[in-house]
Formats: sequence, C-alpha cells, structure tokens
Amino acid sequence: MTFASVSAVTVTLLLVGVFFVIMMNLNNVATTIEEDVEIRVHVDVAANEQDREALGEQITQLAGVKTVQFSPKDKELDNLIESLGTEGEAFKLFEQDNPLNDVFVIKTTEPTDTMEVAEEIEAFNYVATVKYGQGKIEQLFKIINVSRNVGLALIVGLLFTAMFLISNTIKITIVARRREIEIMRLVGATNSFIRWPFFLEGLWLGILGSLVPIAAVSSAYYYAYGIIEPKLKDHFIQLIEFDPFVYQLSAILIIMGAAIGIWGSLMSVRKFLKV
Amino acid sequence: MIEMQDVYKTYRNGVTAANGLNIKIDAGEFLYVVGPSGAGKSTFIKMMYREVRPTSGTITINGVNLSKLRDSKVPLLRRNIGVVFQDFKLLNTLNVYENVAFALEVIEEQPSYIKKRVMETLELVGLKNKARMLPTELSGGEQQRVSIARSIVNAPKVVIADEPTGNLDPDTSWDIMNVFEEINMRGTTIVMATHNKDIVNTIKHRVVAIEGGRIARDQQKGDYGYEA
Repeated sequence: MTFASVSAVTVTLLLVGVFFVIMMNLNNVATTIEEDVEIRVHVDVAANEQDREALGEQITQLAGVKTVQFSPKDKELDNLIESLGTEGEAFKLFEQDNPLNDVFVIKTTEPTDTMEVAEEIEAFNYVATVKYGQGKIEQLFKIINVSRNVGLALIVGLLFTAMFLISNTIKITIVARRREIEIMRLVGATNSFIRWPFFLEGLWLGILGSLVPIAAVSSAYYYAYGIIEPKLKDHFIQLIEFDPFVYQLSAILIIMGAAIGIWGSLMSVRKFLKV
Repeated sequence: MIEMQDVYKTYRNGVTAANGLNIKIDAGEFLYVVGPSGAGKSTFIKMMYREVRPTSGTITINGVNLSKLRDSKVPLLRRNIGVVFQDFKLLNTLNVYENVAFALEVIEEQPSYIKKRVMETLELVGLKNKARMLPTELSGGEQQRVSIARSIVNAPKVVIADEPTGNLDPDTSWDIMNVFEEINMRGTTIVMATHNKDIVNTIKHRVVAIEGGRIARDQQKGDYGYEA
C-alpha cells in the first residue's frame, strides 16, 4: 500500500515537474518578448533643444514609465545605415542633411501598459509620431496572457488531481489501519496523538515520491538544455539556465510532495476521528 | 456514579433505540444489561462512553454531563472508562504486553510506569507468562483476558463490557467472569451487556432488562428472565 501511495505521488509529481519546466520556459520566452517591447517617440523637427528636454521631462514623469532613453537623429541614421548593411551605404548621403527625427525610446514598468502610455505621449507637444508596433502588440499580449492562464490552470488542475489521487490511495492505507485508530480512540487517545503518525507517514511518502520526479526531470532538463540551447542561440529566445533553475524546481517538488502527502493523509484520517 | 435521565435516541434511519431511559448506577456496582437482540442494549452501552450521543436527555458519569461534553474532552472521559468487546479488538501485529501497554502509551504515560503497571495487570488476568505472545497464538479466552487487561490497565472507575463472553465456550466464559468479579471486588463499577443466562442466574448481581428502548425490569440480584 505504501508502494501505491509513493507511486501515486511519483507519477503526479513527474507530470507536474515536466509541465512546470515547459511552462516556466514558455513564460521566460514570453517575458523576453515583452521586455523587447518599447515605445519610440519621434520628436517634431520644429522642436528646439529646450522643447525637446521639456518633452523628455514630461515623459519621464508619466506613471508606468520605467526608462527613457534619448537617441539623437544622427545616431538614428547610424543605426539605420548599420542595420541595412552594404545597402545602407546609400543613406550616407543624408549625413549632411539628416531627414530623421530625434527619438525617445521608452520602456514601461509593466509591458502591458505600453498602449496606455503611448496614448498619453501622443497628446504632448512636439510629438511627431509614436510607434510601438500598434495592432501587433495587442495581439501578442493577448496570446501571451491566454497561454499563461492556460498553463497556470493546467498546473493547478494537475495539482488537484494529484491531491485527489494521493488522498484516495492513502485512504485505502488508512482503511486497513482503521482498527488501530478505533482502538486508540477507545482507550482515550486525543485526535492529535492519533494524527501524528499519519502526518509523519504522509510527509515521508510525499518526500519519497518526489525523489524519482526530481531525478528524472533534472537529468532530462540537463540533456535537453545541452541539445536545444545551442540551436536557439541565433534566435532571440533562450532556455532558463540549468543552475539554479533545476535546484529551485527540486525544492518546489519536494515541498509539493510533502504538502500533498501530509494533506492527503490528514484528510483521509479525519473521517475516522469523528467522535 | 452513572445516571441517565429521560434519555432518548433515534437513529437517522428512524429506529428508536432509547425510549426514555432513567437509571442510576452506584460506584462499585455490578450490573447486567439483558434483553432480546435489537432491544437497545448496545445503544445503552455505547452512550456511556460517548460513542453514541443521545437525541435528548442527560447522561452523567462521575459528575460529567456527557450531553454537554465537548468533542475534544471525549478522550479524557474514555481514560476513566474501560471498554471490553465480544470481538476483543486486539491489534494482531502487537504482542500481549504491547497490546496492553498501548492503552497507556496513547495517554503518554512514563515508560517505567507503563512497564510496572502492564506487568501487574497481566498478573491479575493470569497472562504474565504469555506477555511476549501474539494474540493469534492465544485461545479466545486468553484474547479476552488481554482485552480486559487493556481496559483496566489505567485503573478506570468503570468497565463497560458488551457481550464479553459471546464468542467463548462455557468453561472459558466462567474464567472470564472470575476476572470481572475480581476487578469488581477491587471497587470498579462493571456494566455488562450479556445473553448468557447461566452466568446471570449463577453469579447474582443487579439485572436491568431493556425492551424496545425502555427499562422493562430492574432487579437487585435478579434473574436473566428470558429463554436462552
């Protein structure tokens, strides 16, 4: 019966562990994408230095703004030339008479505030245009949000299933020991005295059950990281580093195992403790 | 010592097992509870150690009103009441000594006291030389002696026995009754539900007959009064 309880914890924590690794990595990618979102405010060519500084000050003071970086039009042109490679050479002609605008590059504390902040900036004086990937950003945030919620719901659902499964398995173990509980009650044992061994049993079952998932998920992540990470190097996304992620995950799995083990055994013993 | 006043008990399925019970049992008494099957004897017994709660009425044991007793205090009540069952209720994985010691361990007594007290009690029930044996290695009578030893090891004021000789042959039943007599002579109140006509008619004590959840008869040194 102990084997059945430990196996129930093992199977469910293995699922939770695998799912958790996938979710955390997807979340990491989502955060990277979100952090790349920025607002580019093109300053009107009619603005003099004072107007520009005043505009910068106005933007800095807006609620939700994290950083404001000024990029003069010369730098903007250099960036353009550089980004176009050999074809960019043609734009060098404009170095004498730069048609580009000075730009403020803004990042918000919460990436989802981007649209709101951009709207406020649009109303300021000497703002020519505000760009933040209108239309696409809203879609992106929506997709990220939905996938995060779905992932969270799946993990919570999985945990509940785990608790149900473990509680049922432990219940079977306890039914086998109901005679012992019955006698304890008859001779005057307090409920806490009766619960204590079951509490410890649940704790050990949970911890024991979390060991295999920890070993399996850690080694799988170690190999997956070694294989996948080099292939992602050229892209803007990356996996969460093995250390300390796997150690944190191990701690979470042990705590989860212990918690559901204790919860399962206490819930099962409760039924036999009613006076 | 034990007093019931206007005690009624109706179970959820509508069965009324106690229908206005009134009784007073003094300290040191030996009381037989007799009556046909389904008359309410077990409910009468179970209400005394708060395994069953009355629907209405008052039950007082040693001055404690069981109707007002909080659930958390029930273990304390049970430490002053020994209970013996027809099916012994022993733990087969523990030996004789451990089964008896169990009652003192759960109330967290000192190990040195437990050892001394368990051996004294096993001597009283005549099982001192079988302390290391498992219940499955003992006869029915010996198992019941272990059960009795467990019920008296913490020196309760009352011992409640529900058909303690029900599973035993006549000779063994007499042995068990001798043990109860011995315990009663030491001042412990005994309440025993039984169907054993010979015992009730031979070892005379107060007899309470229950029929239809009521006390139909209450006699000092009474007879069994039914066909066996």
